Amino acid sequence: MQHDEVIWQVIRHKHCSYMAKIETGIFCRNPYNVTGICNRSSCPLANSRYATIREHESVFYLYMKTIERAHMPKNLWERVKLPRNYEKALETIDKHLLYWPKLLQHKIKQRLTKMTQMRIRMRKLALKTREKIMTTPRRDMKRESRREEKAIKAAVLDKAIETELLERLKKGIYGDIYNYPELEWNKVLDEEKQAAEGVEEEEEEEPEIEYVEGYEELEEEEDMEDFSGFPSNGSGFDDDDEHDSDGEEEDDDVEEQVVIHKKGKRDSRKADDVGKSKKKKKKRVVVEVEQEDGDVRQTLKTAR
Amino acid sequence: MGFKRKKGDGEGEEMESEVSGRPSFNTAERRNVILPSMIKNKDKRAKVYAKQKHEKKVEKQKKIKARDAAEKQALELGEEPPQKMVPKTIENTREADETVCRPDDEELFADIDADEFNPVLRREVTPKVLITTCRFNSTRGPAFISELQSVIPNSDYRKRGTYDLKKIVEYAKKKDYTSLIVVHTNRREPDALLIIGLPNGPTAHFKLSNLVLRKDIKNHGNPTSHEPELVLNNFTTRLGNRVGRFFQSLFPQEPNFRGRRVVTFHNQRDFIFFRHHRYIFDVKEDKQSGAKGKDGVAKERVKPRLQECGPSFTLKLVTLQHGTFDTKGGEFEWVHKPEMDTSRRRFFL
Repeated sequence: MQHDEVIWQVIRHKHCSYMAKIETGIFCRNPYNVTGICNRSSCPLANSRYATIREHESVFYLYMKTIERAHMPKNLWERVKLPRNYEKALETIDKHLLYWPKLLQHKIKQRLTKMTQMRIRMRKLALKTREKIMTTPRRDMKRESRREEKAIKAAVLDKAIETELLERLKKGIYGDIYNYPELEWNKVLDEEKQAAEGVEEEEEEEPEIEYVEGYEELEEEEDMEDFSGFPSNGSGFDDDDEHDSDGEEEDDDVEEQVVIHKKGKRDSRKADDVGKSKKKKKKRVVVEVEQEDGDVRQTLKTAR
Repeated sequence: MGFKRKKGDGEGEEMESEVSGRPSFNTAERRNVILPSMIKNKDKRAKVYAKQKHEKKVEKQKKIKARDAAEKQALELGEEPPQKMVPKTIENTREADETVCRPDDEELFADIDADEFNPVLRREVTPKVLITTCRFNSTRGPAFISELQSVIPNSDYRKRGTYDLKKIVEYAKKKDYTSLIVVHTNRREPDALLIIGLPNGPTAHFKLSNLVLRKDIKNHGNPTSHEPELVLNNFTTRLGNRVGRFFQSLFPQEPNFRGRRVVTFHNQRDFIFFRHHRYIFDVKEDKQSGAKGKDGVAKERVKPRLQECGPSFTLKLVTLQHGTFDTKGGEFEWVHKPEMDTSRRRFFL
């Protein structure tokens, strides 16, 4: 015999594992519950005649339980597949729940409506692209920030930028904008003078600094320039041409290449080894000033 | 305690002296060095520790002095000074990477000729950039975007709306843009940058961090509208080269040197630091006195001076995908996986 009332008293006042009490109300987590609220009329355990709609892979099924099968839990719920069409589903429900209490019929139809709307919405959403949220373990995030800090310290950014700009200035990329070429030459001269300490200022013929250079992105220790290797370009390179023509002891390979000379004594071959001589694909004139202190010292030694 | 009582009382005294901190040299069997952690008395322990530190410091100073003296002597004699020791850095000890670009690599040149940035970099096409955001709002996003607009010449901003990214890509292609930048937001902060080259260029997804806006920089400068110069540092490997060229393709290839604006992308240990400066060359006199110049000649040096303007942030490459944005069907050239982080000396850019 089914004692619905007794069951309800026990469940509600003692303990029901499907009950979820939150601040807005008391809910029932039982999957067979029609409304989802913990109620005397909505409890599937405390009502021997009950019906629900459940969904499986976007197909709706009507589940019914009657008191005649109350003693057979395995066959308790009778399942009816509902048609896809909303109206037809309503008719099917009407047919099956014909003499059932009005409240239950009403609640079931409400549930059907809601689930249909949900199904439509889910289908629409699946078509749109949604952003997927991926989480990173905190360990990785912290590790990244630590590494970033250290990288900032290792990259002495201001200095790096300044050296790069200075090099570009020396190369003459800026052309005549800055009227410093004079000073540059003086500086270079002075540097050489000072580097060659203990050298009586005899030979120092004006170091003919020739600019030559392979203009590949890669030539400068992994530096990339704005305008890599474009021949016949811009105003900036006019100066270079001038310089090139000035230099006497130029040893130009036919294909252009590099030749760098400081004191005219140096052998061009040596310079080739020392300087950055690369085969340029494109004929680019770029200048590379190489201050090779080591070399200078070498010459001194050999001079002795 | 570090010793056992069983050793006998005869040695107890010596042990005590050890414990009390006076190194006793007749106990050759025992360690000469006393670990301060062995001493239980805090006062004594502190004193012993301080003394040890002082001794170490003195030793170190002596070594440095000796080294300097040797170097000076060698210089004066005109000989080679002893080899200067180079400290090991992470950059020095970086794992050898076979994809590092070599200057004589034919394949590299061929690739460069055939890659997507070539038209822009060859100045056949001027770059035109479209900037947009993700669907969510962010606090600093709009400010960041307006600053980006001032950095990148020829850039437009459109609000995102709820358009699909693929649709936006199509729209941009139709309007002849050369790249699309999407500033992505997480927790109300710009968090990632998605740079898509157009028409069929690669898609690079970067993680953005450490964003400093112009107004938060002290003594910031105001950028003009001249075309900036680019500085791209340390892009060594093939992947790095590609990424570097990608950045290059965002900017017009005719820098206006008179504007004295420089935009830097500096790669250090796979972090790409973005800086935007205005520079000027100063001529400074400085007297060089010291080892090099015996004569205190007042030399004039040319030194560039930088004034930071515009945003500064850090990027880290997360994925690089061939073709325009298509996470499901696209071919990924490079994806960052956590297992790549296991070695501290291995970098990919």
